[in-house]
Amino acid sequence: MKILVCITHVPDTTSKIHFTDNNTKFDKNGVQFIIGPYDDYALARAVELKDQLGASLTVLNVGEAETEPTLRKALAIGADDAIRVNAFPKDSLFVANQIAAIAKENGYDLIMMGRESIDFNGGMVHGMVGELLGMPSVSPVMKLEVDGDIVKMAREIEGGKEYLEAKLPLIAGCQEPIAEWKIPNMRGIMSARTKPLQVVEASVDGVNTEVIAYQLPPAKGSVKLVDKDNVPELVRLLKNEAKVL
Amino acid sequence: MSVLVYIEHAEGSVKKTSLEAVSYGKALSDKLSFGEVVAVALGSISADELGKVGSAGASKVIHVNDNKLNEGIIQAHADAVAQVYNQVGAGTLVLAKSSLGDAVAARLAVKLNAALVSNVVELPDNTSGYKVKRSIYTGKAFAETVVTADHKILAVKKNAVDLKTDGTAAQVEEVTLSIADANFATKITSTDKATGEVLLPEADIVVSGGRGMKGPENWGMIEDLAKELGAATGCSKPVSDIGWRPHHEHVGQTGVKVAPTLYVAVGISGAIQHLAGVNSSKYIVVINKDPEAPFFKAADYGIVGDAFEILPKLTEAVKAQK
Ligand SMILES: Cc1cc2nc3c(=O)[nH]c(=O)nc-3n(C[C@H](O)[C@H](O)[C@H](O)COP(=O)(O)OP(=O)(O)OC[C@H]3O[C@@H](n4cnc5c(N)ncnc54)[C@H](O)[C@@H]3O)c2cc1C
Repeated sequence: MKILVCITHVPDTTSKIHFTDNNTKFDKNGVQFIIGPYDDYALARAVELKDQLGASLTVLNVGEAETEPTLRKALAIGADDAIRVNAFPKDSLFVANQIAAIAKENGYDLIMMGRESIDFNGGMVHGMVGELLGMPSVSPVMKLEVDGDIVKMAREIEGGKEYLEAKLPLIAGCQEPIAEWKIPNMRGIMSARTKPLQVVEASVDGVNTEVIAYQLPPAKGSVKLVDKDNVPELVRLLKNEAKVL
Repeated sequence: MSVLVYIEHAEGSVKKTSLEAVSYGKALSDKLSFGEVVAVALGSISADELGKVGSAGASKVIHVNDNKLNEGIIQAHADAVAQVYNQVGAGTLVLAKSSLGDAVAARLAVKLNAALVSNVVELPDNTSGYKVKRSIYTGKAFAETVVTADHKILAVKKNAVDLKTDGTAAQVEEVTLSIADANFATKITSTDKATGEVLLPEADIVVSGGRGMKGPENWGMIEDLAKELGAATGCSKPVSDIGWRPHHEHVGQTGVKVAPTLYVAVGISGAIQHLAGVNSSKYIVVINKDPEAPFFKAADYGIVGDAFEILPKLTEAVKAQK
């Protein structure tokens, strides 16, 4: 059994977002980059499955050389080898095309990734890869068990969850609580240095969206505090000032 | 060129966010002088519910009343919508951003060779080229995105346009499609869903509790206030991690992103990851005993004090103003 986990390289969740060059470039100054939190859940579950099923586990990122520490971290968490498609991830379709091309070549049984990236929040790469490969895709998956060639999953829906079954091969967009995030241990970090990290060039071109400028939301005004002994005043403000009641 | 809108429904009730998507489609068609706004609804839905789609701005509803489509099987829905898209000769597909919508739209983008823009917050600007504004970095920024493909799919964020309710009755066309079995490869074995609750992603008012609520036994106070306000209930991540509340109520960066007109946060500190899920709210009310809690910086209104004293008084005051 071969598992592929696709990870994003994104700003840490505590990052303050700024732009430079007349609001056309993301300002990386002082920003720490991490494995996308949803991808991190997918990876954590994949490591468990690898141990349980004796599967092989490859991690993949479409990104420039700066993403290699993020891939190394995934190796430290437990992936066997890594592939970096050496290209700026221009848009979702571009990324999905690279993943699909690698998957066609290597033939994975299970492809896992986060439900969405936390930079562009598109939530579409898993579905696109599924369609490109002619495989079922399920998202957001919060539980995933493999039993022979059957995958049993729970998927979050508005107001609850849905239990599903499908046959491998399959693509899953994952979220919590599929597994607990794993923190690499010393042994993992040491062995990650020598695990294979293959760099390949993008094989499919073509994008159909392009970001030309960024904007920050308007600054929030200051809070209006109501005294704790005058709670009805809050309701009056919500009704007469904010007009939301 | 017509505009097609994909309708989602829960056991036959059309989702409010889908009705908003219809209103978006109508406004889009008016602004860019596109043709008819057609909605596509899959599975069994009553005529009354389909009527709402007309009021929201569609002139025609294509209803594929196939029981196999009642459930949200991603591939089957994508296949059905693609067939209808081609049949009506649409140029744009509009849908509400949701977990099913995202997955269906992604497959459609490949099938239709269309550009997919997600989290759209405004109508496109076509003064030079075709530009769409979308929310990125979990609500912390916006991106002006130029779309170059001919076919376009816009996944619209809640509150991108006002919901229209004064449209005329839509003509309902019952259509039968043949959908290959391969599209039903994933089987839904069971569903576990709260009934009669206001759904969090759809709610206009949300009341959320954090670790400051001390334990699940105190959630009655949150529910009482929510009930009085007609609100959905939410929580912070640790609260769902410990199992005080179900996972689908978890709001934030790694949970549900809400966009209500009013978000009431009780006993939540306001960590940046929680704020990422609520920063599209129109008004935020914070109740916290710590005046230094970071949430107050993101709030419009606040009360510094003990949630256990304030909540019952607030519920009473809401009741009294009715
Ligand atoms: C990668 C990542 C992703 C994350 N994603 C999310 C996410 O999606 N959503 C999320 O919520 N968190 C998320 N977190 C966790 C986040 O960092 C915070 O730990 C979490 O939001 C804190 O929850 P809380 O405010 O309920 O608890 P606490 O931080 O413990 O705050 C409790 C608050 O209650 C107040 N309080 C206590 N008693 C009372 C009382 N009697 N009356 C009134 N107020 C009282 C306290 O003053 C305090 O402000 C994420 C973290 C990471 C690292």
